[in-house]
Amino acid sequence: MDERPNKTLKISAAPHLASGASVERIMRNVVLALLPTTGFAVYAFGLAALLSLFTATLTCVLAEHLLCKLAGRPSTVKDWSVVITGLLYGLTLPPGLPLWMVCLGGLIAVAMGKALYGGLGYNLFNPALVGRAFLQAAFPTAMTTWTPAFSADRFTSLPGSMLAPPFGTPHYDQISGATPLAAMKFEQTLSDTVDLFLGLTSGSLGETCSLLILLGGLYLIARRMMNWRIPAGIFTAVILLSGLLHLSDAQAYPSPLFMLFSGGLMLGAMFMATDMVASPITPLGCYLYGVLIGALVVVIRLWGGMPEGVMYAILLANAVSPLIDRLIQPVAYGTRRSKDS
Amino acid sequence: MNWMTRRSFPHGIHPQPAKDETQREPIRQFPFAPLMVIPLLQHIGKPAVTVVSEGQEVVRGQLIARPDGFLSVAMHAPASGVIRRIDRVPTLLGSMVPGIYLQPFPASTQEVCEGMPCPVETATPEEILAAIQQAGIVGLGGAGFPTHAKLQVPADKHIDTVIINGVECEPYLTTDHRVMLEQSADIYTGIRYVLKATGAARAIIAIEDNKRDAAEYLGAMLPSDLPVSIELVTVKYPQGAEKLLVSVLLNREVPTGGLPVDIHAAVINVATTAEIGRLLPRGRGIQERVVTITGPAVRRRGNYRIPIGTPLRFALETVGTSEDLSEVLVGGPMMGQAAPSLDIPITKGTSGVVAYTERETGHQPPIYPCVHCGDCLEACPMSLNPSQLGLLAAREHYQAMVDDFHLMTCFECGACSYVCPSHIPLAQRFRVAKAYIRKNQASVVRSQAS
Ligand code: SF4
Ligand code: SF4
Repeated sequence: MDERPNKTLKISAAPHLASGASVERIMRNVVLALLPTTGFAVYAFGLAALLSLFTATLTCVLAEHLLCKLAGRPSTVKDWSVVITGLLYGLTLPPGLPLWMVCLGGLIAVAMGKALYGGLGYNLFNPALVGRAFLQAAFPTAMTTWTPAFSADRFTSLPGSMLAPPFGTPHYDQISGATPLAAMKFEQTLSDTVDLFLGLTSGSLGETCSLLILLGGLYLIARRMMNWRIPAGIFTAVILLSGLLHLSDAQAYPSPLFMLFSGGLMLGAMFMATDMVASPITPLGCYLYGVLIGALVVVIRLWGGMPEGVMYAILLANAVSPLIDRLIQPVAYGTRRSKDS
Repeated sequence: MNWMTRRSFPHGIHPQPAKDETQREPIRQFPFAPLMVIPLLQHIGKPAVTVVSEGQEVVRGQLIARPDGFLSVAMHAPASGVIRRIDRVPTLLGSMVPGIYLQPFPASTQEVCEGMPCPVETATPEEILAAIQQAGIVGLGGAGFPTHAKLQVPADKHIDTVIINGVECEPYLTTDHRVMLEQSADIYTGIRYVLKATGAARAIIAIEDNKRDAAEYLGAMLPSDLPVSIELVTVKYPQGAEKLLVSVLLNREVPTGGLPVDIHAAVINVATTAEIGRLLPRGRGIQERVVTITGPAVRRRGNYRIPIGTPLRFALETVGTSEDLSEVLVGGPMMGQAAPSLDIPITKGTSGVVAYTERETGHQPPIYPCVHCGDCLEACPMSLNPSQLGLLAAREHYQAMVDDFHLMTCFECGACSYVCPSHIPLAQRFRVAKAYIRKNQASVVRSQAS
């Protein structure tokens, strides 16, 4: 009995165990899940994509760091959430967008989308989409001018438009045909669904290859780091709604598969709508939120003035999310009726 | 035997069980400490009243304090010795309560003295409840509610089923497991008393699926005339919480603010049942209990039958601890409390002593704002919204937590804190909020009374 425990004891409050989950770990895994999509963007659009994504991410990280310093808070870049914002934001941009616009939008995303609300955990909207929405409103032409994917010189030269001086009119050397959605809307031609699924069409940097986006999302779902109910709700609504319309008039309305794999739907459903902070917290709330997004996407795409509606659908649903949370609360134990007595 | 595992309650968590090191260790008798510290309040209710005086010699098992009213139980001498002082003694909560310091005789035979037996065949329910109170029995699972009070059925209610709780879902603890493997006869005798006292028609022994050996053994030892069934429940924390157990086994839900008796059930811990069966036939009082002493900082981990009143310091010295001992938990790691000092004693409610080293306690992860991940909602066994409660708690909006988000339904199981990736001390804050609300309610009641 020589072993005398005699030191001052630590005294902490129960529970004295933790699962080991952490915000950093979730965020790092989301970045990981986005890497295949990012890689494909670079493969499809070459140097332009590389430079855009790099600029977007760097701008967001720097903006967050500086804004934290300005606000007198410790920098929060180490929680990795701003890396996701930057990367996601970059992936939504059209290839060949002038770099100064990329910077400006990134700054807006972090400043107006996140810092203004108080930083991580408080943002009402998905910050990446706030940045993109700003660009869409400010520079509608640049945001809907697409350079072609898989051009032969994509690894050797940059589109001249990227280096356009601020506030000048960018000059595009190559302009691709319309994106599949624009073609559907304005020219009534449908792209091949397999091409869409594999990402062989044009569009924003990271939205073209549905397959890789889906795989990244499934990885997060398997690791229980993403709420699968949100994409499930979105897909259900899109399939049902566009399926019914397609059945009623196959000429006027595209098939559900086209709707699923075109435009930003896959990226939006898997990585944008699922922003934990800006989505509801209860399982039922998440379904409703997903269904709302899916329905809005179909409505905007088919009847709105724009070819694409994913961004606005998600932003609108973000705004409704606190309301959903207020209306839908878990049913506490003891308030349900007893089942057999 | 072919067991059907029952469905489980919704949500919950799966912490590492950490039971392997002690669950195969048979219960061993513990030596007597040179000085015992016996608080007169080891239960919920009023402290017992001493019936001995300083300097008096007592025999092991002798009554040293009598219950003060209904919500109070007797205390018995844990060893033959002399009463050194009647004074205030330190407790787990950091406060001092009235208590007795007893110095055991070193060379005594430590024979246990017996009292008036309470034969189960002839005793009335009232006599059984009185005997349980006189035996000083309280819930040994940790809550410390006087068992006779729990078993007393109000006149306008009835109990049809008694659930014997052998779930033991807290990580590290294996006392109930060992008691089930070693004291089957005591358990079944205890069940006879409990059934008679409550008038219940049957009992269910609930055991977590990771203790099949105990279930099989108890099944084999079951006397044919006893209306007892043994049910396995899913391994999940906090499966052993009594309200959850009632829902899982009987498919009835205890209404908010109610007790299991409201839905005709009583839940009683298996070690408590064994103690009833061990003590009542011989008219003895409780003066020792089985405690799991374990954790990374403990050398000889195991299950020990330890005299009540043994100071933690003596207990840990006896089993040996490593140099870097850092925190000592009384109870399990999920709901147990950190000991403020090693001078506090093992009490009737102490089911385990878990000692951590620097490795377990050294790292304090940063706290982030709630990221709305919803993991806490999917962990909460009571289906509360810990995220929302946490936001309100941080702003000290305690009344809103009660009115809009069922704060008082929270039983501080800690599942929400366990999963939170932002490391928000949710359950810890809820404990503070509940204490605040209770204090306020008490003062409201007092001012209305005066
Ligand atoms: S501590 Fe309370 S709120 Fe948290 S999981 Fe347990 S019962 Fe739910
Ligand atoms: S687990 Fe933590 S971060 Fe997630 S919703 Fe609950 S409180 Fe918020």
